[in-house]
Amino acid sequence: MMSLAQPTVAILLTGVLVGVSAALLGSFLVLRGNSMLADAISHSILFGIAAAWLVSGQTSGPIQIVGAALSGVLAVYLIETLARTRRLRDDAAIGLVFPALFSIGVLLINVFARDVHLDEHTVLLGEIGFVWLDTVTLGGVEIPRATLALLVVLALDALFVLAFYKSLKLATFDPGLARALGLAPGLIFYVHLALLSGTAVAAFDAVGVVLFITFVVVPPSTAYLLTRRLSSLIGLAMLIAAASAPLGYALAVWLDVSIGGSMALATGPFLAAAYAGRRWRAWRGSGRAQSESPSA
Amino acid sequence: MFNPFTDYTLQNVMIGAALIGVISGVLGAFAVLRRESLLGDTLSHAALPGVCIGFMIAGARAMTPIMAGALATGIVAALMVVGLTRHTRLKMDAALATTLSLGFALGVVLLTWIQRQGGAAQAGLDSFLFGQAAATTRADLYPMMGLTGLAIAGVALLWKPLKLMSFDPEFAAVAGLPVHWLNRVLTAMIALAVVTGLQMVGVVLMTAMVVAPGAAARQWCGSLLGMVVMAAAFGATAGISGGLISALAPGLSTGPVVVLVAVSIALVSLLVAPRRGLIPQWWRTRHRRSHTSTDRILQTLYELAREHGDWRYRIEEGAVDAYYGMITEPQLTALADRGLVVSARHMPDEGRHWQLTDAGVAYAGERHSRRDRRAAASR
Repeated sequence: MMSLAQPTVAILLTGVLVGVSAALLGSFLVLRGNSMLADAISHSILFGIAAAWLVSGQTSGPIQIVGAALSGVLAVYLIETLARTRRLRDDAAIGLVFPALFSIGVLLINVFARDVHLDEHTVLLGEIGFVWLDTVTLGGVEIPRATLALLVVLALDALFVLAFYKSLKLATFDPGLARALGLAPGLIFYVHLALLSGTAVAAFDAVGVVLFITFVVVPPSTAYLLTRRLSSLIGLAMLIAAASAPLGYALAVWLDVSIGGSMALATGPFLAAAYAGRRWRAWRGSGRAQSESPSA
Repeated sequence: MFNPFTDYTLQNVMIGAALIGVISGVLGAFAVLRRESLLGDTLSHAALPGVCIGFMIAGARAMTPIMAGALATGIVAALMVVGLTRHTRLKMDAALATTLSLGFALGVVLLTWIQRQGGAAQAGLDSFLFGQAAATTRADLYPMMGLTGLAIAGVALLWKPLKLMSFDPEFAAVAGLPVHWLNRVLTAMIALAVVTGLQMVGVVLMTAMVVAPGAAARQWCGSLLGMVVMAAAFGATAGISGGLISALAPGLSTGPVVVLVAVSIALVSLLVAPRRGLIPQWWRTRHRRSHTSTDRILQTLYELAREHGDWRYRIEEGAVDAYYGMITEPQLTALADRGLVVSARHMPDEGRHWQLTDAGVAYAGERHSRRDRRAAASR
């Protein structure tokens, strides 16, 4: 029987899946200038995870993922509602909403889940090292439950992006025109964020909710420094995210530290290299010929 | 209930929480005005590696090196945000989010590294994630006091330029203020606030302590001084009550409790603050609407009476209803309550009629001539 449940295989596969699906959705978020919503969503779903656990006694499974993902959508809705009162800027609205939801989540866990395996540190930091312990057998292949969930979520994300690629592109770069063409950019925005929160919930086992945001924003930001084409930006971002998982795993094994943390950290050198490359070109460009635009 | 905490511990908690509230309130007021609320978020997440480095250098859970470390990585994070926004096409949000997440990832890696070496749990580094008020010792308070004093002194010294920069950055730059330099100072001071709160609120939630008191104070005050003072008071209130609740109810992390109190204060302010609050505003709009329509109905009665050359002219209520396309009985009753009209019977088989009183004629005439004057002036 083939098995994807060997520790190394399971951990690497899970890490790559988290990175790829996060980078895919994150590309649109970064381009739209809403990166901090990833922060808000990834913190807010702690509330959803705690609430779903309270209701069902489970932290995994499709209903839990959908339920917890709704809290990410709730956070976005609350932020928009607060900002619409015009009493607060949207940055302040973000800064009020997600800490509140996160706090309620931590307190729910504090009060009701003291002795259960759900604790705020695991939710925050993830335990990718244990994903291979909890497996299901599917068509003769033994596969970790978290990995399977991520596969399903990635398939949904990819389906969404492929099916609505043009609308997404237009809604990202020119929401006004998208609205004029009857494309409902607001709806696309909400579906996109709902998928992002679902992906975050599926990923929390692996990298934890706070580290998830690294894969959402860092690879697309890095790719944004290297290319201007949307399709190559997405591809590059997914590639960087996928490469960070094994790199981070090697670092984690070498130093015996948090696997999720070092996978997230491994996206950093890519950003640093892209930044250094741009600075170097700008410096050389300005040194050689003043007429040459440094950002070309 | 058995209270495992001595009064001494409670005192420490209250002093510490008050300090955090004051410093984050004062600097948060500026952050909220300058639309930089989320800078605190990035700085606080990025403080985690600094906490670990401080611990590694000192070899123990000593407050001063930990705070120094947190401050150092906070400043590095701020520099990274500036570098990314200024030298690349990344926008502010992406710069903040990448810095925040990479800083936190580095912190998690260092935290687990310390854990493998000799147990960060015993060292109490875990408490820096969510904050633990009960762990506050008297010795922890001194660096917190120092930082709060430093921040308040800084704000007082730079009051005028900071004020100008918060309300009108373009003018501040044109007026020759060193805007870049002031920006850096303000960012460094926000980092001071974040570092002060690490012990009790934790790195994950410190952002709300920067945003909530300032956002609450903004609803009540139009002046910067009032806003800063009020934000400090709100912050201290949230800190003290949250710190007390979590110290008295074991098992509740302090950070979330403090944050929920602070966010509640902000939401209540948003609803009830006299001038900007949503409820007073809703009430005013409603009141104005009802007022206007009663006055307009009075005006109609006045004009009808004048047209008929009889100030005591009786107008049928049904006619007024038909004219306005709605039931005007409440408005007419309100006018009667104000003594401007009285109801009267015209013929036995007809409906209720209304006529103006002397006061009504005077009031409506005054409004009428005012409108005429306005019309004349505009012509």
